[in-house]
Amino acid sequence: MLNYIIRRLLMVPLLLFGVTVLIFAMLQALSPVERSALYVRDIPKNDQALQGIIKRYGLDQPIYVQYWRWLVGFKDPQSGEIRGGILRGDFGYSRTASQPVGDLLARRFPATLEMALLAVLPVVAGGIFLGVIGAVYHNKPLDHIVRIFGIIGWSLPDFVFGLLLLMAFYAATGWFPPGRISDWADQVINSPVFHSYTKLNVLDALLNLRFDVFWDALRHLVLPVITLAYLWWALTLRVTRSSMLETLRQDYIVTARAKGLSERVVIRKHALPNGLMPVVTLSGNTVVGLLSGVVIVETVFNYPGIGMAAARAAVNLDVITVLAFVLLNGLILVLANLVVDILYAYIDPRVRLD
Amino acid sequence: MTVDETIIGAPARKYKEMGRIERFLGHDTYRILRNLLRNPISVLGLVLLGLFVLIALAAPVLAPVKEGQDPYRIPRDGYGAVPQPPGTVWKTRQPPIPFWWKYVMPADKENQWIHIMGTASGQWDIWYGVIWGTRTALQVGLLITAVGAIAGIALGAISAYYGGVVDMVIMRIADVFMAFPFTLAAMTLSAVLTPVLGKGILAPMVALMAFSWTGFARLLRSDILSVREREYVLAARVTGVKDGRILFRHVLPNAIFPTLVLGSMRIGSYVITFAGLSFLGIGAEVGYADWGQLLSFARDWMTNLSTYWYIVVYPGVTLILFVLAWNLVGDALRDVLDPRLQGSR
Repeated sequence: MLNYIIRRLLMVPLLLFGVTVLIFAMLQALSPVERSALYVRDIPKNDQALQGIIKRYGLDQPIYVQYWRWLVGFKDPQSGEIRGGILRGDFGYSRTASQPVGDLLARRFPATLEMALLAVLPVVAGGIFLGVIGAVYHNKPLDHIVRIFGIIGWSLPDFVFGLLLLMAFYAATGWFPPGRISDWADQVINSPVFHSYTKLNVLDALLNLRFDVFWDALRHLVLPVITLAYLWWALTLRVTRSSMLETLRQDYIVTARAKGLSERVVIRKHALPNGLMPVVTLSGNTVVGLLSGVVIVETVFNYPGIGMAAARAAVNLDVITVLAFVLLNGLILVLANLVVDILYAYIDPRVRLD
Repeated sequence: MTVDETIIGAPARKYKEMGRIERFLGHDTYRILRNLLRNPISVLGLVLLGLFVLIALAAPVLAPVKEGQDPYRIPRDGYGAVPQPPGTVWKTRQPPIPFWWKYVMPADKENQWIHIMGTASGQWDIWYGVIWGTRTALQVGLLITAVGAIAGIALGAISAYYGGVVDMVIMRIADVFMAFPFTLAAMTLSAVLTPVLGKGILAPMVALMAFSWTGFARLLRSDILSVREREYVLAARVTGVKDGRILFRHVLPNAIFPTLVLGSMRIGSYVITFAGLSFLGIGAEVGYADWGQLLSFARDWMTNLSTYWYIVVYPGVTLILFVLAWNLVGDALRDVLDPRLQGSR
């Protein structure tokens, strides 16, 4: 077990190094002038000043020097302050948002987190439930319904589904509006009597006992959460169903049935713990996928999270901002996979052996 | 044709006669096709796919454009901002009326070309976009998958064949590429490539290709590693067959099927991702015949979507059906080819 964890841990720095190199390689597609946005807010227009900036920040230096500076930052020869350095959380300046990228991501993050947190429980629970139903009632009508439900969800582009939902539940009925919060509720949140403990509107509203604000925030989240959830349901239920089918064919299930256990006990006590193993891996991906899948969903629903900011930056070719966002996602993914793998080795002894 | 096996000492056994088609296609291909055609789900998928191919082929007939005009540029009826509902008559710069129009319309209206599916904001004709967009979707899906699969197959085979350091390096590079969520990676690389390749569908296509090889490489590598240990490979090695011949004649043909299935199952998701990027405004220019690009017009009409439903419904449903068709076929193909699932259904 320890051996496995150590081997797995050793991989992480290597992967993280690879991730930064890939991002840095993409940065190299930009001209030195564009890359200066890593260090300065306003890129000057005239040539002489540009050359000065390029010299000052070493954007004409050898690649490995630039990489190192990009990674840890470096001391500005003129002002003496340390600039840049992604390890310091300084990702440069966002052209589209007119502020440092780090600030932009930090300010927008709670909105995205709120959406993802609300989606994760229904996704995992609903997907597992449907998958188990499908496996237990294999080839019965219920299974076919679940399969069709899954295959449709798998074929449904998130933005089309989102638009259809908006059409039905906002444009036609006005029930669930896009955006994050209504104007009046926004004023309440920004008023001095309202304490933003967590920056998650739904939670803060509850803590402040403002149930009208709570309801308003929730109303805005319903459609995006359904959109995110349906897509991941499809995946979770497929994995759960096929893994459960596999498990139900094992000899020990036959044994359990043969010794007269009720079907309920067989499924709950004998099949589920083993059948859900692959779902553990998937759930790790789901959390990350939710965080990254928000790019399109947030854009469809006009929801001001980091995904929408990244999409806007990408459309306007503000590469510095997009790369910071993707880098963040890459890091989260690497670490989440590490946690999941170790967890997996912990619950499934077979993994540790090879 | 009967085969008498007494020659090699086995008990005489008559094989079921192979049909003409079976002999022509080879036993495995025949079996796969037969199973595909027996499964109603995959038949539905194949029929849908056939329909899309027909639409793509017949695009110049279904939605003809003026001589010398780029057909992938959707014709527009003026510049008005407000979408027009299906059935509105073409007013300005009307493209030629297709010949079949007079057979479907009553005599008094046969010289009137209408917006069959309405127009989006900017008066882009949705019918033209949907029809020619079928070609875009097919091209994009097949090209990305082909390039991704070929690159993945090459790298996977090299990785498995040489092993050791080469394998290590290739697989770690694959890990790094997989450390990014697919859609995000494609979006980012498109943004990086657009200034280099110019605005258009090329940048997102290349970006999708660049991140699509990893799945194929990994799958093929692991399948080769398991096939390599089979007895018939050992037998070939013992009899002195050269390495290259073993790889191409014995190992690859037996290891490649799952990779091909993966390809058929991925086409749908590549088309979704590509359309999603167009929807965000990355790649296809405004007015390019692409479903995602058409759908992006809906973003201007969020509050009136129930009035302008046709901007969402026509391209949206077409995209859903297209992806569904590929997924149904891919799903059935996997069931047919995955021996573990056989006998259980």
